[in-house]
Amino acid sequence: MISVSNLVKKFGDVTAVDDISFDVAQGEIFAFLGPNGAGKTTTIKMLTTLLRPTSGRIELDGLDPTVKQKLARQRFGIVFQDASLDNEQTAYENMDLHGVLYHVPRKVRAQRTEELLKLFELWERKDAYVKTFSGGMKRRLEIARGFLHTPKILFLDEPTLGLDPQSRNQLWTHVKRLNETEKTTVFLTTHYMDEADRVAHRIAIMDHGKIVAQGTSAELKEQTGADSLEAAFLALTGSSLRDEGADSKDRLRQMAQMFQRR
Amino acid sequence: MGAIYILWLRELKRYVRSRVQIVVSLGQPCLYLMALGFGLGPVFQQAGHGSYLQFMAPGVVGMTVLFSSVFSGIAMLWDRQFGFLKETLVAPVSRMQIMIGRTLGGATVAVIQGTLILIICLIAGFRPHSWFAIPLAFLFVVMIAIVFAALGTAIGSVIKDMQGFQLVMNFLVMPIFFLSGALFPLANLPLAMTIITRLDPLAYGVDGLRGVLINTWHFSLAFDVALLAGIAAVFLSAGAYLFTRIEA
Repeated sequence: MISVSNLVKKFGDVTAVDDISFDVAQGEIFAFLGPNGAGKTTTIKMLTTLLRPTSGRIELDGLDPTVKQKLARQRFGIVFQDASLDNEQTAYENMDLHGVLYHVPRKVRAQRTEELLKLFELWERKDAYVKTFSGGMKRRLEIARGFLHTPKILFLDEPTLGLDPQSRNQLWTHVKRLNETEKTTVFLTTHYMDEADRVAHRIAIMDHGKIVAQGTSAELKEQTGADSLEAAFLALTGSSLRDEGADSKDRLRQMAQMFQRR
Repeated sequence: MGAIYILWLRELKRYVRSRVQIVVSLGQPCLYLMALGFGLGPVFQQAGHGSYLQFMAPGVVGMTVLFSSVFSGIAMLWDRQFGFLKETLVAPVSRMQIMIGRTLGGATVAVIQGTLILIICLIAGFRPHSWFAIPLAFLFVVMIAIVFAALGTAIGSVIKDMQGFQLVMNFLVMPIFFLSGALFPLANLPLAMTIITRLDPLAYGVDGLRGVLINTWHFSLAFDVALLAGIAAVFLSAGAYLFTRIEA
């Protein structure tokens, strides 16, 4: 379903993604782990047509997303790390808008919206403004929205960041259910090792732009002689800190927090 | 097509749902109207130019439309980094359609704001020389709205943070307002001022509004319409180009 060969992305002199290759089969849940600055978000951006690769090949469901952009976009859904909901509209309106943008016919839109909002336990709040939602609810709504147009692939960039254990658990239950019933391939990035361990069929660990290890959780533990995925991860990527500077996005986020009404 | 409509509708919903925002954004032009209109009135009258309220009301309408439309474009900055814009950029919809939907939506909101301010001006004592002038005035309001909504989209596609926003507000939008003839006549100015005001797109919009409403022209109807249409075309192209270049 996803096939990446020798993918490279350079920003001037900096090589963010350095010749990575991997495959994800249909219906698989694939986790991309890595420290800060490893290149995970850059990779996802290239897979989802938000960035052009410097070189290399990507294939999504048999399509090249750099060539057939619109067609490829129809086939996947993405949930970003930062919420991309419209806070000034209701949950239902957000779902509906997504449906229009993804060319879902009206009847199907209404039906899928109801189905998904009920599955993610948001139906009671469908007419509430998203700005009144908690972080967990917003995340659930985004994921529900991502499934609306029945994508072949769902990209999740740090989907459970900042959520409490109950929300996280519930979220994965729903995602796994949809993965099983609709055979949606799921590609996720995360820092939470326990989640990757529990949820993912296969895992790739990325560091400094390269994939340092790939395989099932069991294979990775065996490879490093570790007894937990976290230990395997640390063995492969080292224990030193990865501090990054605040970029313009972080500054805006800080500004937004200042102006948020409590 | 559905995409354009729903994005246009979104801008309208945002406007209608934020009652506080509506009142606040009408407050500034009202302040100018009241303070300057009644404050500078006597001086203007004494200088032999008639009623200042009559003179500046079209300018205040132009100002409202300017600020509202540029704002809506720049508000994209907020959406851009971590909000709704990414959702639209990654969808299987052409950038052009997204840009048109947003820009038209912003222009529509600006037209509504302009109309509200016109009503307030009428309440404050402004009288157009003929009531048939109102539809023509509307035409100018629409053109100003489109011109500056497109400019707002172009700018919003380029700036990345709050500092850019502040720079634009202070060094572009405020000068455009002050040098447009909204507050003072464009006749008999020093050469430097004459040149600068001629470069201000809003000058043609305000002149058009004023000409149509109280029959005081600095340029002419045909000239104003032609220039505004031309500038709108340029800004729309620029906005479309820059918007399609956004890398989320």
